[in-house]
Amino acid sequence: MTKYIVRRLLGIIPTLLVIITLSFFIVRVAPGGPFDTEKALPEVVKRNIEAKYHLDEPLVMQYGRYMFDVLRGDLGPSFRYKDWDVNFYIFQSLPNSIILGVIAISIAILFGITSGMLAAVKQNTWVDYLSMALAVVGISVPLFVIGPVLQYIFAMQLQWVPTSGWFTAGDSWKTIILPAITLAFADFATIARLTRSSMLDTLRSDYIRTAKAKGMRTSLIIFKHAMKGSMLPVVSYLGPAFAGIITGSVVVETVFRIPGLGKFFVQSSFNRDYTLIVGVVIVYSVILVFMNFIVDIIYSMLDPRITYK
Amino acid sequence: MSKKTTKQFDNMLEVRDLKTHFLTDAGIVKAVDGISFDLKQGETLGIVGESGCGKSVTNLSIMRLIPSPPGKIVGGEIFFEGQDILKLSESELRHIRGNMISMIFQDPMTSLNPFLKISTQMIETICIHQDISKKAALEKSIDMLNLVGIPDAKSRIHNYPHQFSGGMRQRVMIAMALSCEAKILIADEPTTALDVTIQAQILELIQKLSRQLNTSVIIITHDLGVVAGMCDNVCVMYAGKIVEKAKTEDLYAHPAHPYTFGLIQSVPRLDKAKNGRLFSIEGQPPNVIDLPPCCPFHPRCEKAMDVCRTQYPPTKNLGEHHEVSCWLYTDDQERSNG
Repeated sequence: MTKYIVRRLLGIIPTLLVIITLSFFIVRVAPGGPFDTEKALPEVVKRNIEAKYHLDEPLVMQYGRYMFDVLRGDLGPSFRYKDWDVNFYIFQSLPNSIILGVIAISIAILFGITSGMLAAVKQNTWVDYLSMALAVVGISVPLFVIGPVLQYIFAMQLQWVPTSGWFTAGDSWKTIILPAITLAFADFATIARLTRSSMLDTLRSDYIRTAKAKGMRTSLIIFKHAMKGSMLPVVSYLGPAFAGIITGSVVVETVFRIPGLGKFFVQSSFNRDYTLIVGVVIVYSVILVFMNFIVDIIYSMLDPRITYK
Repeated sequence: MSKKTTKQFDNMLEVRDLKTHFLTDAGIVKAVDGISFDLKQGETLGIVGESGCGKSVTNLSIMRLIPSPPGKIVGGEIFFEGQDILKLSESELRHIRGNMISMIFQDPMTSLNPFLKISTQMIETICIHQDISKKAALEKSIDMLNLVGIPDAKSRIHNYPHQFSGGMRQRVMIAMALSCEAKILIADEPTTALDVTIQAQILELIQKLSRQLNTSVIIITHDLGVVAGMCDNVCVMYAGKIVEKAKTEDLYAHPAHPYTFGLIQSVPRLDKAKNGRLFSIEGQPPNVIDLPPCCPFHPRCEKAMDVCRTQYPPTKNLGEHHEVSCWLYTDDQERSNG
């Protein structure tokens, strides 16, 4: 097992190198550049800027220079925002996104698994219909609708929480509640549906019938016999979902004025801010690859048939 | 936990006019339609029939394990030691399941929980029904595994099901089923999913243990060889009904129902000509959805008469413990009345 873990962790390195290389070249293939503006810059100015950021060098040279920096942990200067490093952006915004994401995914897991299980156990009753109706809402209504609706009800009408803001910027800690719930909605819905269907499958399996034939009470059957097996699909969904949710959401950050990482995914692309694009891609990839690794480990802990050598 | 009653009952189990139906979109499936039989202390009863004739549903009904919906026990009584199982509450029922009546299933590959150790699964069975410590339950489980012939049971008990072969898993199932000294063991096609060589071993094991522990056994099978080797009495089922009931020797020597006759004829024989064709009963088992009130076997029966197409035959006694439901054994008057 230890051997496997070391091997998997080492395997992450080439994966990341490929991702970095691909994204480095892909962003440069896209038409337009970081310094293209509506009004063309004077030739001299443009050449000076390009020289400053080494954009006048051959692509291979730029790539070598960039990789050298990345390996030292430096993601380079932002091409768009003068005097700011990509590292600075990420270190400032990522913790906010992680805090929000962890809270949101916890809410999603807690309510998703609970309502999915209830729906499965009470199949075809109002409990089932209610939680699945809620799940359909979660999947089909976009975040930019859910967010403002929650703001209207809980912030403006009931005045329980502030409409927006962020606690690190001096606002109340209550600012975290609405965005966390909004962000949790989509994952809650998916987790609830996954849990329900896989729980139903498990409850129909032969070994559950055996457990019933042994005279076990239903609650014990569900928690001791059915739980582990029905969590497998949920766990494999959670890996990528977790990586996605803690790297921020541009919609939620915009609606609730949160200084998170999500907006950089979108802004950097519009701005052709080469280093920032690749920077956020690297952050996302590292988290994603790592989460998938964690999922595999959890899998082997849940299912004794899976062993890694 | 409560002690098991020591009161002696003539019949361990009495099934009276049991009806289990399934409500489907296509109509009502009368999977079990009014069957009755008795099981005596220490007796081994065989229930035979083709796939879909209602054998498994009968036994799942006894345990009240019919998936509902769509299934429902719509009528009848099942007396276990004088108590009607169908009238018990959930908690009274749990006292019977696994403790008084236990079950082993067709497919040992899927019947054990793959996520839990054998020890966990065996200990929990014992601890539900007996007030003993986990340690004592573990000891007992190891004893049971030794009894069913699992080598090195003491260390093997801490393995997971996937670390056992199919035959070994079925042994584990048997050990688990008998760990609370159940009075009745229901074996639902216990050897169908196993190798032929293993089949004989498992059947011998069931036979040996049931004698040793004085357990009554209901064995469900479509294999007449199994019945001949093990059972005292046999019920032949067809389309949700018992068409013939007899002592095993009697059934083989004098099969009365044309269906039973056909079944026995279909068993391949080593002493018959090598190049002769194997006998088979023509046609398919009937669709049991909305079955008309006829003898369900008549389309496949060589001896079918007019009355067979309109009326279900009455049950006739052909001798001690030999009952058959067939118009052949009625007189003309009964037929014309029918």
